[in-house]
Amino acid sequence: MNELIKNLCERLASHAASKKPLTIHGGNTKAFYGGAIVGEALDMRAYSGIIEYEPKELVLTVRAGTTLAEIERVMDKENQMLPFEPPHFGEGATAFATIGGTVATGLSGPRRPYTGAVRDFVLGTRIINGRGEDLNFGGRVIKNVAGYDVSRLMTGAMGTLGVLLDCSFKVLPKPAREITLRYEMDEATAIQRMNEWAGRPLPLSATSWCDGVLMVRLSGAESGVKAAQEKLGGENVADKMAHDFWSGLRDHRAGFFSSSEPLWRLSVPSTTPALQLNMPQWMEWGGALRWVRGIAGVNTDITTLRVKVDAVGGHVTLFRNGDKSTGVFHPLQPVLGKIHRNLKTAFDPENILNRGRMDNI
Amino acid sequence: MLVTDTSNFIACLQRIQPPLNILTDVERLKPFETDAFISHRATPLCAVLPETESQVAEILKSCSRERVPVVTRGAGTGISGGAIPHDDGVLVVLTKLNKIANVDALARTATVGPGVRNLAVSDAAKPFRLFYAPDPSSQLICSIGGNVAENSGGVHCLKYGLTTHNVMRARVITSDGDVIEIGSRALDAAGYDLMAVMTGSEGMLGLITEITVKLVAEPEHIETMLAAFPSVTDAANAVGKIIGGGVIPAALEMMDKMVVEACEKVMSAGFPLDAEALLLIELDGVREEVAEQLARVETVLNECHAQEIRVAANAAEREKLWRARKGAFAALATIQPDYYTIDGTIPRRCLPEVLARYAELGREYGMTVANVFHAGDGNLHPCIFYDGTVPGEMERSEELGGKMLEICVEVGGTITGEHGVGIEKLKQMCVQFRPLELSAFHEIKAAFDPSGILNPGKGIPSLKRCSEWGGMHVRAGEIPRSDIPRF
Repeated sequence: MNELIKNLCERLASHAASKKPLTIHGGNTKAFYGGAIVGEALDMRAYSGIIEYEPKELVLTVRAGTTLAEIERVMDKENQMLPFEPPHFGEGATAFATIGGTVATGLSGPRRPYTGAVRDFVLGTRIINGRGEDLNFGGRVIKNVAGYDVSRLMTGAMGTLGVLLDCSFKVLPKPAREITLRYEMDEATAIQRMNEWAGRPLPLSATSWCDGVLMVRLSGAESGVKAAQEKLGGENVADKMAHDFWSGLRDHRAGFFSSSEPLWRLSVPSTTPALQLNMPQWMEWGGALRWVRGIAGVNTDITTLRVKVDAVGGHVTLFRNGDKSTGVFHPLQPVLGKIHRNLKTAFDPENILNRGRMDNI
Repeated sequence: MLVTDTSNFIACLQRIQPPLNILTDVERLKPFETDAFISHRATPLCAVLPETESQVAEILKSCSRERVPVVTRGAGTGISGGAIPHDDGVLVVLTKLNKIANVDALARTATVGPGVRNLAVSDAAKPFRLFYAPDPSSQLICSIGGNVAENSGGVHCLKYGLTTHNVMRARVITSDGDVIEIGSRALDAAGYDLMAVMTGSEGMLGLITEITVKLVAEPEHIETMLAAFPSVTDAANAVGKIIGGGVIPAALEMMDKMVVEACEKVMSAGFPLDAEALLLIELDGVREEVAEQLARVETVLNECHAQEIRVAANAAEREKLWRARKGAFAALATIQPDYYTIDGTIPRRCLPEVLARYAELGREYGMTVANVFHAGDGNLHPCIFYDGTVPGEMERSEELGGKMLEICVEVGGTITGEHGVGIEKLKQMCVQFRPLELSAFHEIKAAFDPSGILNPGKGIPSLKRCSEWGGMHVRAGEIPRSDIPRF
């Protein structure tokens, strides 16, 4: 692997010298996400494998090209999990999501509001910056305040600040039992309920509302989950159906997401009232994440959508499909934009890494 | 700064509206000369105590125009020297920005000024049966602004996370005096995760004027237990087995014999005196789940040769146990008035080995070492006792502490888990990071603070200092990227 890293460093340094862009990829399962892809491909799949996994330490260190499927297979044996329930988009026989892509996009699944996001569990990263330098940040311990938190900065930076090599995570034991409850209620009531319940000592691990149906997942010890179910009522969903439901939402395999219409990701404060957008909607994360579908300019105007979401303190991403020319990511305030560009220049002065992929900086 | 420049600059600050509380006389500056890293002090040009965000912005505009260094201070409880003033700079004291703007019970957030005390946030949330989770031992007096600056931990962060996991959004004044908002009341924000970079940045990237924190539900049920062990190794093994066995306690603290004796002497906590080590374990959550975990933990403790296990019978008993733990450092001062505490973190599995090496190093230096720490996080706080009246002893304790931190790095850990680098651990930063990483840190600072006026000389050592200390390997005199500014 040392030879591989050396070659990667040399390749990046030579691209920096010639100012030619590179587009970093793993399984290419999230190629749809972010600004347009330009430049020569840098395939990270060969850089794979688990470097260290100490179940007793609850710490995992892996190479960026390792597939989520492989990581989950190994962790399953120890009855542990990546606590942020990462999505596996568009997997086929040859395409498998990698951990590098997971960290770079910073996307988390249904468990996120109750357990934490990718960024909450990243402990350390080894990266190659845009100069071709191999750098190590953070570590493999849970508490670490030496230096700025570069590992969390890398999370969700869309590969624009460095090529991820190794990533360390805090992991958690799998809950002994998960059950899913179903309720019929309108949007306003669902938003109210999801927020109220999150403020009570209940073992919530996922929530979703779509088309008048609220789904609530509880996780923990058998006894604790049962006790919570008695408090919350609702209709018990069979295990297999529940599993398919949450993975269909996580991986966007559910029918709602298979449309070719533009899919918008609205990240808003969880108590935000119904947005009245007149677009099909699927809400999760206790009300903090609202997926809406529709063509900007037809169902709604992109500027109006952004202004509406801005006003409630959230941000909009054109997640999939649609016209990227009006911007994928939410525009930044000018001073924030300047800091972003300064950071980009600090890590990648020639702008060779995933150029334009984060189109709001 | 020349005397005329200084008076011109102060006159500049005096023009800020509404009028700013400015301290310039030596007498009144005295209390601000140091934070809780009391072995070092400095007197600033002046200290200012703004009461509004716009005053903070105006102060920063003046300082950036005149290139005057700015050090920010909250309650001054930091123990790595991060808030020690700069001789030629302004000390901005944010304790008067102490309003709780709002507690949103439904959204489970609180929006507060940086000068609000940590415990005051939980007090304000209590009527809604919510609390702010990070609880550094100084929580009665330390302020939230300082908590964000240091990414403070506490005894409950094993389960509830550090400050970085519990802060959602902040309003920040940049070194140019611009106001920015980072993070979000939503669960993520557009762009890079600047909230993560700001948290733990020790006042070197911006001044925080408002913070939105996450509140969490008070657990339905809590069990707190004490386990006594015949050896430190047995206790350390139990820590690994509890967590490795799938139980994440809300807190898991360890104390050695010396700490137990000191706590007992001062607070009569009821700790067993015949044990070599104690574990203080707290489990919380849904009642039924806690009961299940309690049984599992008891089994592990017995397997690891616990000689005594006590479960707190009620809230008063639990309070007493925690008061003793949080008062442990004060109690230690009764053994010997001077001690130096460090803050390394190691992988949990290395606990027995590292504690044994610390004891050995203590013997080598002829210094007593006591241990009271966050065992579940592998975050060590050895206390090195010395006699401050003997010349050279303080320096020897710092040298011993430095060696202990280097052991942490050697076993794959870090030189600071929650106290920050400040001025205290600049030398060890040269051991933990290579010049390339240190350069990247300096560039991050420059991205936020191009003129380099915010808390200069703290947190990240200059490459020049590292090479002087011999902690950095500079090949053939070549300092990487000598073109970028150093601070």
